[in-house]
Amino acid sequence: MIPASFDYVRPSSIAEAVQAVGSAGEDAKVLAGGQSLLPVLRLRMSYPDTLIDLGGIAELRGVREDADAIVIGSMTTHDEVTRHPLIKQYAPLLAQATETVGDRQVRHLGTFGGSLSHADPAGDLPTVALTLDAQLHVEGPNGSRVIAAKDFFLDYLTTALEPGEILTAIRIPKLGEGWSSHYEKFNRVAQAWSIVSVAAVVRRDNGAIAESKIGLTNMGSTPLRASAVEGALVGAVVSPEAIGEASSHAAEGTNAPSDLSGRADYRNHLAKVLTKRAVLAAAHR
Amino acid sequence: MTAVDDRATAASSADGGPRMEVGNARRRKEDAHLLTGRTTWTDNMTLPGMLHLAILRSPMAHAKITRIDASEAKSRPGVIAVFTGQDFAETQGDIPCAWPVTADMVNPGHPSLAVTQVNHVGEAVAVIVARDKAAAQDALEAVDIDYEQLPAVLDMEAALAEGADLVHPNTTSNKSYTWVFESGAAGTGQPIDDVLNAAEVTLKRRFIQQRLIPAFMEPRSTVVQPVGEGFTMWSSTQVPHILRTMLALTVGVPEHKVRVIAPDVGGGFGGKLQVTPEEVICALVARKLGKSVKYTESRSESVMSAHHGRDQIQDITITARRDGTVTGLDVHLLANMGAYLRLVSPGIPVLGAFMFNSIYKFDAYRFTCDGVFTTKTPTDAYRGAGRPEATFAIERIMDELAAELDMDPMELRRKNWIRHEEFPFTTVSGMTYDSGNYEAATDKALSLLGWDELIAEQARRRASKDPVQLGLGISTFTEMCGLAPSRVLGALSYVAGGWENAAIRVLATGKVEVITGVSGHGQGHETAWSQIVADQLGVPFEDIEVIHGDTQSAPKGMDTYGSRSLVVGGIAVVKAAEKVVEKARAIAAHMLEANPDDLDFAGGNFSVKGSPGNSKSIQDVAFATFTAHDLPDGIEPSIDSDATFDPANFSFPHGTHLCAIEVDTETGRATIRKYVCVDDIGEVINPLIVEGQVHGGLAQGIAQALYEEAVYDAEGNLTTGSFVDYLVPSAADLPSFITDRTVSASTTNPLGVKGVGEAGTIASTPAVVNAVVNALRPYGVNDIQMPCTPERIWRALSEGAEKSSPAAAGTVAHGGASTSSSDGSDAAEGGRL
Repeated sequence: MIPASFDYVRPSSIAEAVQAVGSAGEDAKVLAGGQSLLPVLRLRMSYPDTLIDLGGIAELRGVREDADAIVIGSMTTHDEVTRHPLIKQYAPLLAQATETVGDRQVRHLGTFGGSLSHADPAGDLPTVALTLDAQLHVEGPNGSRVIAAKDFFLDYLTTALEPGEILTAIRIPKLGEGWSSHYEKFNRVAQAWSIVSVAAVVRRDNGAIAESKIGLTNMGSTPLRASAVEGALVGAVVSPEAIGEASSHAAEGTNAPSDLSGRADYRNHLAKVLTKRAVLAAAHR
Repeated sequence: MTAVDDRATAASSADGGPRMEVGNARRRKEDAHLLTGRTTWTDNMTLPGMLHLAILRSPMAHAKITRIDASEAKSRPGVIAVFTGQDFAETQGDIPCAWPVTADMVNPGHPSLAVTQVNHVGEAVAVIVARDKAAAQDALEAVDIDYEQLPAVLDMEAALAEGADLVHPNTTSNKSYTWVFESGAAGTGQPIDDVLNAAEVTLKRRFIQQRLIPAFMEPRSTVVQPVGEGFTMWSSTQVPHILRTMLALTVGVPEHKVRVIAPDVGGGFGGKLQVTPEEVICALVARKLGKSVKYTESRSESVMSAHHGRDQIQDITITARRDGTVTGLDVHLLANMGAYLRLVSPGIPVLGAFMFNSIYKFDAYRFTCDGVFTTKTPTDAYRGAGRPEATFAIERIMDELAAELDMDPMELRRKNWIRHEEFPFTTVSGMTYDSGNYEAATDKALSLLGWDELIAEQARRRASKDPVQLGLGISTFTEMCGLAPSRVLGALSYVAGGWENAAIRVLATGKVEVITGVSGHGQGHETAWSQIVADQLGVPFEDIEVIHGDTQSAPKGMDTYGSRSLVVGGIAVVKAAEKVVEKARAIAAHMLEANPDDLDFAGGNFSVKGSPGNSKSIQDVAFATFTAHDLPDGIEPSIDSDATFDPANFSFPHGTHLCAIEVDTETGRATIRKYVCVDDIGEVINPLIVEGQVHGGLAQGIAQALYEEAVYDAEGNLTTGSFVDYLVPSAADLPSFITDRTVSASTTNPLGVKGVGEAGTIASTPAVVNAVVNALRPYGVNDIQMPCTPERIWRALSEGAEKSSPAAAGTVAHGGASTSSSDGSDAAEGGRL
């Protein structure tokens, strides 16, 4: 399992990285934590001419507070995300979901930004970003821009990143007063990808759901918001019956895949069950 | 739980006598170097001028090779040579099959490199030889091959049908053999047809043993160095001795010119009980070029090219009287050989023939097995090898019979099993079980589980329609270990014996070398053999070195598989030690000026009976043979020994495994709540090693029940081609096991041992599936095909709810055929990364 040969560039700043990506051309790949890219290279499913390793860029790592948001550098590892006090306090959904990613070794190498840029619909973190209305900061040959998570994931393994652009940071609004969250992951073994998972963020008011954001993992070619559920939850009493009723809309507007882990009808069923569980768990936090 | 004993040297026991090593939970000698990697894995080897191989493998399940053009690959940088099957057509011979189970068994031949046709995805087609591994792999894409696709042959029943496409053009059907045992003909019971015809109750079930991938930790690796007229091979193998003999016969090099070394080997589980095409290719290339070569497979190559395990369709008929007394058992297997017969492929299902009747007393029994060719990876030994399949079928159908008769499944078992006072007992399949106590193991297991409390909880959950239901599963199993009495192997048409060899050398300084013919690859032989010899010779544990896995330094052996190492190889060590003591006795008598018959030997010292102060240690005697200055006339100056042991019978470990499982009826997920096993493996040399074997065995058996399945798509591609899709559970997915033992010592060997390497795997699978089915029986479910995935359980629940009542007696379980192993792949896409 040896990749085909490639040139290797390790820039030390974002500016250098953007330049390196620009000059490397179409057949370049950006290496973040390598937890998806390296297996692809080793299996020779991809033959990049150049690998641009972002591992040497200090400004891409770390978590900071910025007014009503936290800003996470794209090269911050999963392990750092799970342990960071700002994330635990203001984005507990991200911390909880990240803890379920792969295994300990994967979490020490894999990065938040790498996971979003890879955009695997079975990945947990794209769903979290979508559910938390994250803003993705991008640098490219034409300068910087910000892409909302809802506009970022275009298709299976496809994002709104233009050629030459690099994801540099993810801005996540702080979870407000009265909000709580839960990530309900369903997979077959601890290290496996999600068959279906559900992210739920809810605001309770007087024993009922006032507002919610529901995200679905692996129910289509991109992470999805279960907007029908979000609508149905408004005013729903926090009871298994009422939440269950609202959750019965979870598969609406989805296009679940059929594969070895489950056919589409099973995934549609799971989406409803897991949405109910995620919302109830979030509401009881 | 097992306490670890780390004391440095043999101390004295409380009564002043020498404290025995056997029975101590010593940490393993070999662990430090294995765990730190400061050791010799084959892939770590580097020889001067060594070249590297990469193997091009068939992307097609079934195709004729119409053209191969390797010219561009040959011109790639660093490439020394490219060989195809045509280059070795005259020299490569066939991968040997050592088990022609019937006289008319069809073996179509098995070239190491395909010559004119490929018969499974992953079959070796060409080999690149280059100066480094990367260059070899880079050149793979430059080999241009034209294939003419043939229809994939995937389903065993379709493969046997009239007019089916043939896997092999030189055969007339896809059936390799039919092997039959019938108790009336064998004289071990009544004629089966009489019993079936007279049955009060008849129950038929079809069970599917899914295809499994052994998934050993260390991928296979081979290094070959040409030496004179022959060669030395280092290989990640379980069987260096068998490999040496078979390589000599296959490649045509005299056996004494072939040396095979199995250095540290990272697991096998039967998957390295093989003479592989890759090993033969390495030998052929090294000899052709006169250069040392190395080949190490990737995991992707391993999962599609190393042999697979299980893959049977089991049609089982059981008959009983209304009171629950079982009378007849009729077993018909379709056993998937895959594309070729490898070393012991045909014999694997046949090993199960003696175990389907298990611990129960049947009047009549028939076993029929058809070996079937398909265009899938060949199957062969995988942990348990025939016995897990048998145990699964009988333990599952006993539960179904209990449900049919409305009996408690444990009461049904108690009514039919061999009672303790009935041993030794000759079964309807002709095996003589020497010892056992099923009552004791079962009572202990029930108590450890808290059976009655869990039954009460199950009733509460059922009554309240709890979305999480509780199921309890039983497996009261036995197995046959210690492969094998050579006469039995002969009767089964196996081409070799089942003996084992050991030798002991006592060095001038009193240190001891133990040479063993078994070839450990993770079992802990170095530790256990040291414990045995420490007691036998009365020398310190630390003074013993165990030598194995090299046909030059440990020249005689039958290697490691079939839970045989201790039961056969360990006994050979005991026999060798007894010879050392007897040789030493004569010399000690001379040194002590006494009659040999007047000497006691205890704690490593010979002393004259009645005057214990007058003694010589075995080390003293060894030194006396080293100097040889003063030995009795006619005595050789050596106390070294050599012994070969052929067991008179198998050993029969048994036990009771109980599983409590929670089934989430909303998602279909089954989660083991509590797992108890009480194993009776006879006497124990090292309880810590036993505990490790049981835990690992349970993990693999539970993996078959809940997680693992090799799946092919309709074109014959292995969809589960990586560990993303082939789900091997980790510690995070398994419960904390509750393990205990009873001891019914084996009467057929001097240590009283039975073997433990496969027990957990054999016993646990039906315990888990019985628990899942037990949880769902009120929903009209009477089978779930393995692995019991959440989706399969959810679908069974959906179907069961539609039916609203349990399947009628005498029908085939609805879970059986409706979800065959290739069904879920209608839109299957592998390879998520």
